Amino acid sequence: MSLAVLALAAGAIWFVAPARAGWRMDPAQTGAGPAAGTLPVLRWGGDPEGGAPYVEADPDHPSVMRGFDVEVAAAIAQGLGRTPQFIPVSWDSIDQSVRRGDFDIGMSGVEDTPARRARMLETVPYYEFTEVLTVRAADRDRFRTLADLHGRRVGTLGATMAYALLMRRAGVDGITPVSYDDDVHPYQDLQSGRLDAVVLDNIIAARSMRQVPGLDTQPDPLEIGHYVGVLAPGHEALRDRIDRVLLARMKDGTLERIFRRWDVWNDRQAAFETRLVRERASAAVPTGPPAAAAPGLLATVGVFLPALFQAAGITVVISCGSMALAILAGMLIAGGRIYGGRLVRAVLLGYVELMRGTPVLLQLFVIYYGFASFVRLPAFWASLLGLGLNYAAYESEIYRGALEAVPKGQLEAARTLGLTEFQILRLVRGPQAFRLALPPMTNDFVALLKDSSLVSVLTVVELTKQAQIFAANTGSWLLPGLLCGAFYLVLSLPLAHLARRLELRWKAPTA
Amino acid sequence: MEGADRMSAPMLDIRGLRLAFGAREVVRGVDIQVERGGFVALMGLSGVGKTSILRAVVALEPFTHGTIVVDGVTLRPGPLPPESRLRDLRRKVGMVFQLHHLFEHLSALDNVTLALVHALGVPRAEAGQRAMKLLDTLAVSPRARALPRELSGGEAQRVAIARALALDPPLLLFDEPTASLDPARRKELGASLAALSRNGRTLLVTTHDVEFARQHAQRVIVMAEGEIVEQGEPREVLGRPQHPASRRLLDAEG
Repeated sequence: MSLAVLALAAGAIWFVAPARAGWRMDPAQTGAGPAAGTLPVLRWGGDPEGGAPYVEADPDHPSVMRGFDVEVAAAIAQGLGRTPQFIPVSWDSIDQSVRRGDFDIGMSGVEDTPARRARMLETVPYYEFTEVLTVRAADRDRFRTLADLHGRRVGTLGATMAYALLMRRAGVDGITPVSYDDDVHPYQDLQSGRLDAVVLDNIIAARSMRQVPGLDTQPDPLEIGHYVGVLAPGHEALRDRIDRVLLARMKDGTLERIFRRWDVWNDRQAAFETRLVRERASAAVPTGPPAAAAPGLLATVGVFLPALFQAAGITVVISCGSMALAILAGMLIAGGRIYGGRLVRAVLLGYVELMRGTPVLLQLFVIYYGFASFVRLPAFWASLLGLGLNYAAYESEIYRGALEAVPKGQLEAARTLGLTEFQILRLVRGPQAFRLALPPMTNDFVALLKDSSLVSVLTVVELTKQAQIFAANTGSWLLPGLLCGAFYLVLSLPLAHLARRLELRWKAPTA
Repeated sequence: MEGADRMSAPMLDIRGLRLAFGAREVVRGVDIQVERGGFVALMGLSGVGKTSILRAVVALEPFTHGTIVVDGVTLRPGPLPPESRLRDLRRKVGMVFQLHHLFEHLSALDNVTLALVHALGVPRAEAGQRAMKLLDTLAVSPRARALPRELSGGEAQRVAIARALALDPPLLLFDEPTASLDPARRKELGASLAALSRNGRTLLVTTHDVEFARQHAQRVIVMAEGEIVEQGEPREVLGRPQHPASRRLLDAEG
């Protein structure tokens, strides 16, 4: 049994490798780009998990990056008389990373948004993309626009323009936006029926349609967007030089050649580049599009606070639900391990070791994606089940220890009084074990509360995920981090307090 | 073993009992008969197998050879039977442990009512009344609400006796009841046990307290190294001990 689960788990790792949201690699180990040589270096950051055609590791030479973003960055570096040096970065922290000075410019399908324009420096756009609606081929005529999807689930990558679009349209069209941490799973979930549509950049949609059969993309764009390079404020001079290089490469057809090579050139790009070059030629100052006024801090908090409260509610419900499941299953497992036959004990021991010995994140993936072929659990229930079954292993160990700590003499005395084994468990052993188990259980509950943030990988927008969205929108982790932390503290401190009180009250000698 | 036959048979009939812990045989062929209403002291230094015999009688310890018959209920060698097959035995014999083993989470009163309510199905109110009466007889009713850890050694023992008596078993086993008592308490306990015996209850008590056995027991059995070496009237055995083990017992007592 455990072998089958392991095989499934391995399969899950392989096929859930997220496309955009990734982990950061040590720049020293990636060995990207040629040696600096004598030329100064242009450090540019991108997400290698973004995949083709943006940035991906060359399958033949995994240390070499390729993709149109890689080539555009190389063209910029060349125009500046520098050597490009690639710094891998997770896509959703490009802004923070460039601000910290990890690299000079971020380029990895970075979208031009009012919020980004207000906080960061953007280059001129170098690519015009469209947000497109992808549906199952069978639904092509039914779901033509978002308005056709009233009451249905529409997926996208979190913290993107597409996500903002869906959130805006949720109130208008009555759709349910579902946020993913990557841009591969939305399409798989669309195919399997968990979603009824996906809204994402046309490049991603086109790539996914090649990989996931049975999908179709509606021709009319929902929105138009632009990819830009992003720099930290204060580097206007560098930004202006980069802008001049980009415009020059548009004029001389270098960008067109790059985009054609990656099969993302289209009529839209031709018109866009012509328009941009003409505008810039007449404009006196080569700056980006006009910056929108950044909304005030209080206004931002006001917008996000209700969402945070709702997300905190989801965190509480998932934590309480999975704790209840963990307690129930934990008691059954502990009972089976003490009272069961040899086979039952062996199976339960295997379960406990498997659940404790593998990451809960992996277990969540397996339950949600791995089991999807025969049972398609909604994200909420998969989260509850995953966390509950994982914590059941830990709870069972607490209960087993507590049950075994009840002095044998009392159990023997109960037997001589003619109580049945079950009565002894219920009336003598259980109640005393419960007192021993309560403090560590409260402890586990606090841990579970925080571990519940993991379920955001299953598209559940709970507290941490909401704070992440908040951070992506405001471009800073400071305020969202503080607010999110405050919520967790408010939720967990009473529990910690309760644990201390119970511990004091029941610190009874058991001799 | 029914009817008149049964009434004339001993309350406890142990024959050829052998009991081992692994390779070490701690009871090596013991015969004990306790007549109805009898008060027998099972004596010997520590480790001679006294406690193991009591534990075998209440089916907490399996034995390898022999039979144990408690008022018509027979225990045979081999693994312990499941509790469901011991219900008759549980009604026949109660045990008071040396360390009392009171239920730590329950008050003195609840320790006494637990089995009444859950094993016998006596209504809670009635069980409470019966338990109170028992605690009263044993002079611990003022401590009825106390938790075991709040009781003195003597109080805990009397609560344990009340707990065993609540089910009204005809045979009552005591394991070293005087071990944790001062001389005054020892005397009180002796009086209590004598009263129980007078009321028709059969008692088998392990002890190495010679004075206690001399004063209260009707018969004394002396054991050494898993075997019975001497038995008879307390005056006989403890007055003119024949076996070295009995003499050692008396010497130890001083």
